[in-house]
Amino acid sequence: MGPVTILDYGAGNLTSVRLACQRFGVEPRMATCAAEALGEGALIFPGDGSAKSAMAAVKARGYDSLLRKAREEGRPILGICIGMQLLFDGSEEDGGVQALGMLPGQVRRFSFPQDPALKIPEMGWNGVHFRQKHPLFRGIPQDTPFYFVHSYYCDPAAEALRLGTTEYGGTHFCSVAGRDSLVATQFHPERSGEWGLALFRNFLEWNGKEEE
Amino acid sequence: MLLKRIIVCLDVKNRRVTKGVKFKNNVDVGDVGELAERYCQEGADELVFYDITASAEHRPIDLEMVAEAARRVFIPFCVGGGIRSAADMRNALLAGADKVSLNSLAVQHPEILTESANAFGRQCVVLGLDAKRVGVSPEFPSGYQVYIQGYRTPTSWDVVEWARRAVELGAGEICLNAIDTDGVRQGYELEITRKVADAVSVPVIASGGAGKVQHLIDAFQEGHADAALVASMVHTDGYTCQTIKNEIRRTTSLPLR
Repeated sequence: MGPVTILDYGAGNLTSVRLACQRFGVEPRMATCAAEALGEGALIFPGDGSAKSAMAAVKARGYDSLLRKAREEGRPILGICIGMQLLFDGSEEDGGVQALGMLPGQVRRFSFPQDPALKIPEMGWNGVHFRQKHPLFRGIPQDTPFYFVHSYYCDPAAEALRLGTTEYGGTHFCSVAGRDSLVATQFHPERSGEWGLALFRNFLEWNGKEEE
Repeated sequence: MLLKRIIVCLDVKNRRVTKGVKFKNNVDVGDVGELAERYCQEGADELVFYDITASAEHRPIDLEMVAEAARRVFIPFCVGGGIRSAADMRNALLAGADKVSLNSLAVQHPEILTESANAFGRQCVVLGLDAKRVGVSPEFPSGYQVYIQGYRTPTSWDVVEWARRAVELGAGEICLNAIDTDGVRQGYELEITRKVADAVSVPVIASGGAGKVQHLIDAFQEGHADAALVASMVHTDGYTCQTIKNEIRRTTSLPLR
């Protein structure tokens, strides 16, 4: 496992992500701006909260250009939750937010007019169906449940980006997206027990290449 | 499909898990860190830790206990007890908690719900709600009254009205604890669980009264709960979350992890 940098932009709780790295003997560097995340190794782009304030903080800290540069360099990048959503073109949240545009597609709000009893946010464990082979999934059983908390979901413009999908209220949303050295999960691997840690470990061991 | 959750409740005093009936006659169950790790391995979907003496001792929640839990478990967990401000809440989240439970404080200072939801996101704001059956009246149309301060102090709030109001203000989840059934292992209070679950848009956790597996099935099927809290069953009665789930699977098609 190489060096790992966690991007802190004041959006959400990084403690559990840091502890998950430490579980595998990796002491992550905690960056508070782009300059502190330059160099080698993997990047973790987590986040909770609203898209608009998160996106403003990402730009303010220079992470938008950092993430593009890191991807060109082939550094492995893991987006988690809001971190995943911000990688897409834009979000419906907060009246519309332009995001990083590193993956084509939009972030949409769950809507269940036919079943108002369904809770939003989706909060809890739900199965992830792996649609493609990917180093991130190595050793993890098909349809394993992971822990989700979200009201919005990513809708990629290309089928090839949908590495994993999950069903909620009849919507089969993209729960794992990726292309080249970029991967992202809507769920929280650092909070998803044994298999979440397995996925996390797979990321830490990954060289950023799609082929195994 | 979203799965029904089984949440293990750990009442903690001096880093030891205790179990009592209606906050009385507590018996020692074991070391909090060891038990947290074991329950996690035995199939718990989530944990909740209550620092049960923090309020009485006028001190903030034991942050080292929170930090130890965060080092040892990699499933979501909530903490409560001794949270008196948004600053206390921030400290608990930074120590590694995913959610913080607010109970008496939310009734006394409802603005804390909005303040904390804005600051940390509503997903980590859990409303702890203690409900006592009082019979339907104009004052309490649901037939249940909100109590605070460890069941000692009645409030003027009807349970369903307070649940609705708290969600409007920022609560992201409700842990509905029935005072009359807590610790007596005769089943959850299904009527109020269902009324609250049907009234709010956020997940509802049934709490208080689990003694056998059928009680959890009832909470999910009759009570419309999204999650069920267990304590004695796993602390002292020989069940594990996994054995509970196996038994639920034998007789129902409820989706479980």
